[in-house]
Amino acid sequence: MSGIIDIVYAEYNYWIYVTLMMIGFYAMIAKKNLIKKIIGANIFQTAIFLFYISLSDITDGTAPILVGEHGAEHAEHAADVIYTNPVPHCLILTAIVVAVSTTAVALALIIRIYQEYGSLEEDVILAARRELQPEFSEHARQKSVAEVGEQ
Amino acid sequence: MIWILDITMLFFLVVCAIAAISIKDLLSAIIILSAYSLIMAIVWVEMHSVDVGFTEAAVGAGITTVLFIATLARTEGRSED
Repeated sequence: MSGIIDIVYAEYNYWIYVTLMMIGFYAMIAKKNLIKKIIGANIFQTAIFLFYISLSDITDGTAPILVGEHGAEHAEHAADVIYTNPVPHCLILTAIVVAVSTTAVALALIIRIYQEYGSLEEDVILAARRELQPEFSEHARQKSVAEVGEQ
Repeated sequence: MIWILDITMLFFLVVCAIAAISIKDLLSAIIILSAYSLIMAIVWVEMHSVDVGFTEAAVGAGITTVLFIATLARTEGRSED
């Protein structure tokens, strides 16, 4: 039992990351509003970033900025410094920019959908599409019949 | 790492995430998402990844919120769920 408590306590960042990821995933699947889905996607993305940053952190580590570069008085002290791992930081710095770009594209698509259907609710949009669909399929059928007739 | 600050911020993070997806008024949800991003930036700076922290504060809490509000100005502000 104490082993389980130790694991929960020592890695609480990972538990929060899993919780946030599931909150975002739930919003992406269960919410009907399209902007709510994008908010869920944002929460999902930042949860994964939190996982990477937690991964790079080291106990008693400091920020990956060179210590004792200027002047020799800190030079013997510089050898003892432990830095956190900077590689996940670089990955996540790129991923944040990509996340903003995907959010911008999704919001542009949402504006276009609103202009076409006049709603952001998924069920209203699907109902409107089902209303339009027989008209489209009837048009396609007539077009194919006309093409066969020409041949 | 100051663990009491870390745990407090992570708790507020979960509260903000749940509030952002459950509030029906979309403008409120977006502002809470902005607060969520800012708390996330504080957590990262506290975990010694300063570059990612201030990028998230500028881009995640700033530009994303502006994009969401610009979308909201062209669409409707209420959600059914």
